[in-house]
Amino acid sequence: MNFSIIAYIIGWILNCEAAIMILPCITAIVYRESQLRAFLITMALCLALGIPLVSRSPKNRFFFIREGFVAVALSWIVLSIMGSLPFLISGTIPNVIDALFETVSGFTTTGASILPAVEPLPRSILFWRSFTHWIGGMGVLVFILAILPMTGGSQMSLMKAESPGPSVSKLMPRVQSTAKILYVIYFCMTILEIIFLLIGHMPLFDALTTAFGTAGTGGFGIKNDSIAGYSTYIQVVVTIFMILFGINFGLYFLLISKKIKQAFALEEVRWYLSIILISIFIITLNIRGLYPSLGEAVNHASFQVGSIITTTGFATTDFNNWNQVSRSILVILMFIGACAGSTGGGIKVSRLIIAVRTVKKELHQYIHPRSVKKVTIDGKPVEHEVVRATNVFLVSYMLIFVFSVLLISFDGHDMITNFTSVAATLNNIGPGLELVGPTGNFGIFSIGAKIVLIFDMLAGRLEIFPLLLLFVPEAWRKF
Amino acid sequence: MQIIIVGCGKVGLTLAEQLTGEGHNLVLIDPDSSKIQEAVENFDVMGIVGNGSSFNVLSEADVDHTDLLIAVTGSDELNLLCCLIARKTGHCQTIARVRNPLYSKEIAFIKEQLGISMIINPELAAATEISRILRFPSANRIDRFAKGKVELVKFRIRPEFKLDGYKVADIFSRLRFDVLVCAVERGEEVAIPNGDFVLRANDVISIMATPQDSMGLFSRIGVKTNQVKNCMIVGGGTIGYYLAKQLMEMNIKVHLIEANKERCDQLTELLPEATIIHGDATDKQLLTEEGLEQAESFVCLTNLDEENLFLALYAKKHSNAKLIAKVNRITFDDIIDELEIDSIIYPKYITADHITRYVRAMQNSIGSNVETLYRILDNRAEALEFIVREESEVTNIPLSDLNTRDNLLISCIMRNGTIRIPRGHDSIQVGDTVVVVTTAKALNDIRDIVKK
Repeated sequence: MNFSIIAYIIGWILNCEAAIMILPCITAIVYRESQLRAFLITMALCLALGIPLVSRSPKNRFFFIREGFVAVALSWIVLSIMGSLPFLISGTIPNVIDALFETVSGFTTTGASILPAVEPLPRSILFWRSFTHWIGGMGVLVFILAILPMTGGSQMSLMKAESPGPSVSKLMPRVQSTAKILYVIYFCMTILEIIFLLIGHMPLFDALTTAFGTAGTGGFGIKNDSIAGYSTYIQVVVTIFMILFGINFGLYFLLISKKIKQAFALEEVRWYLSIILISIFIITLNIRGLYPSLGEAVNHASFQVGSIITTTGFATTDFNNWNQVSRSILVILMFIGACAGSTGGGIKVSRLIIAVRTVKKELHQYIHPRSVKKVTIDGKPVEHEVVRATNVFLVSYMLIFVFSVLLISFDGHDMITNFTSVAATLNNIGPGLELVGPTGNFGIFSIGAKIVLIFDMLAGRLEIFPLLLLFVPEAWRKF
Repeated sequence: MQIIIVGCGKVGLTLAEQLTGEGHNLVLIDPDSSKIQEAVENFDVMGIVGNGSSFNVLSEADVDHTDLLIAVTGSDELNLLCCLIARKTGHCQTIARVRNPLYSKEIAFIKEQLGISMIINPELAAATEISRILRFPSANRIDRFAKGKVELVKFRIRPEFKLDGYKVADIFSRLRFDVLVCAVERGEEVAIPNGDFVLRANDVISIMATPQDSMGLFSRIGVKTNQVKNCMIVGGGTIGYYLAKQLMEMNIKVHLIEANKERCDQLTELLPEATIIHGDATDKQLLTEEGLEQAESFVCLTNLDEENLFLALYAKKHSNAKLIAKVNRITFDDIIDELEIDSIIYPKYITADHITRYVRAMQNSIGSNVETLYRILDNRAEALEFIVREESEVTNIPLSDLNTRDNLLISCIMRNGTIRIPRGHDSIQVGDTVVVVTTAKALNDIRDIVKK
């Protein structure tokens, strides 16, 4: 294990975090809030730790997949701990675990909150909460890869650990240029959404925070009723952008490089959009009676479907009160999640495709035991390694899920609350059903349960293995 | 630059390592997914699983925006096809590895007709490298041009060479060797001489000539090249064949040991002048019988790396020969270096080096009409290769009537695959490849060679 390079990377993460805290500082200055002090102290702390780590250039720059995974997992933990300091220092969230829960929820783009009401919070704190979504959505290490000149092919393992999906493909020959183009797409789409929101007469501050929440598929709102209070136009804009941010960014790259035919041939995106359309259709039919007009029912159905499948977690209505069919569909969508290579969480549509096709292949094998068949996506055979990794992912995912439900059931809440709260955190969504529904919050849980859910959020965002690797003693040995 | 490499074999991966290190953007194509996997994990490159001659695969690799395609798969025909398709779809330059000796005689034709920028024959390149080592110490060489057909050789004029006071033009007229003095370093200065330039003792001169002519000049003026007089080659594969042929052209006596009877028969037909021995070189008695003790050089070119190394070590103990061993695969270079075998030849590095040199030259020439640009003499001068594509004020005029810039020399003209060292009565024709040596930087076009 090459500890020096891990320390070096974490040093950069800390410096980076100090740099991005300039934005909430500006907010605090604009609104003349006393929380400026909390951010300045945190920045100073980040730099105090980060600069010494960076100044010592690592002895050997070799790093392999395990260093990559450990560096990513540790970075996210460090990032979250430092990110929770403004909440603590400013006194807005006095409890350490609560502050950590809120920050992890922010960076992992979950959007689950322990706060019963967000409207009384100072503006700069609200801004920071939402901005963590934007940073966490595309990933901090991807950002660092984009700006830091690093050599060697091993940086690919950093990207692998942080980017969601069964297999990571580069858009450009170099990791650095790939990371850059991803951030450029991400940034431009966020700006586009802000412009659309401003056209709908949304105040600038609301537009910024809502756009950050959508872009990272996070879901922290700045209103107690999330997006419900805004105009229908704004709700439609948010719906569309949520769905857009849940699409594999490879599609946008193909569009930029004018390979339009290829872009629309992507099977994952087709499945993703079909699932969304079918779900909206069924839910609309199912909830038609709850709303005065068909238009409103369609609007609410599509917003909630978009919000849940992309794992954003905004809400325009309390879907807790919907019929069982609609509630079940939403829970299923929670698990499916967005496309690989997007900012969304969940199991990912491409994994679902691989899983479905593996089952199909298995059945075929029973009928023709000697037949040779390969699982394909986009007409290309999927490597055996990828199929295997997908299966293992699903199994570990189930295990963590079941175990988490068991652990938090000690709090004594009802089954649906427990089940959906784990589903909502492990899939990085935010709201669940019953007590943790759109109107509820995660403040009801005990400290122990919160720690379990914090773990689930990180495991969900990093797709389990980088985080699990931290608990393997062998990973820490030098030989 | 954007570069596509087709084929992730030894050479492909070596190139990937060198070229990413120099800051190029690489896309690797190979039908074997595990090889692509390996490449992507080790180097910062993009990998595509597929056949490099497929149009779809090439467009996925973004051939439209690619500057160079390097085809180094195991198959000559596939390499040529890749280049052909890349050339027709994209507008990139192409490099192909073609190793079949059958094609090697037709290289010029293939290159011209298929529009391929460079064809590299790894065995020929390795053989040329070995023969160079055997001909004279490496310090003398600087660069090769026109695929090794001409060399730029640098040496210091010692008083005993009797060149003091010679005019540059005299070397041709009095010594009768077709060499061209391209550059003279006197103290700190570098001069590009004309015919009237007078050489002095202790000048360091760089001459452009074919290997045969430079050898002839050296022996005439008495430069000690330490050239060996005989050579024992073990292994009659393709490299062995090329090497034997080249050495015999230099009048070096060759004994070639080959274990396969049929191959021996072929070799006797191909190399009637050489002594072909059928036998196993690991047989000590055979080596002694064939005069290992008297051998001045001993080259091991069998397909087994270990055998080559052991044979070289054995020869080291029992003779004073200059030892050269070929190593294909073994990666423990630091251990091999400790064995104190005079030279180790890694064919994959030689091929990769040739291509890397070309890439560098291409990089240097971006944005001009220069085909390739080599920095020579520690960056103090440039050798530029132009292809003359159209009539202009410099074509069809005898060079003596051409008012060229100061410190500029037209040092080599290649016409239809043959080399000529230009003299005053020669002229530049459309279709020629012209090498110009100059200390003036920023020449962009062949027309820039004349004084404005």
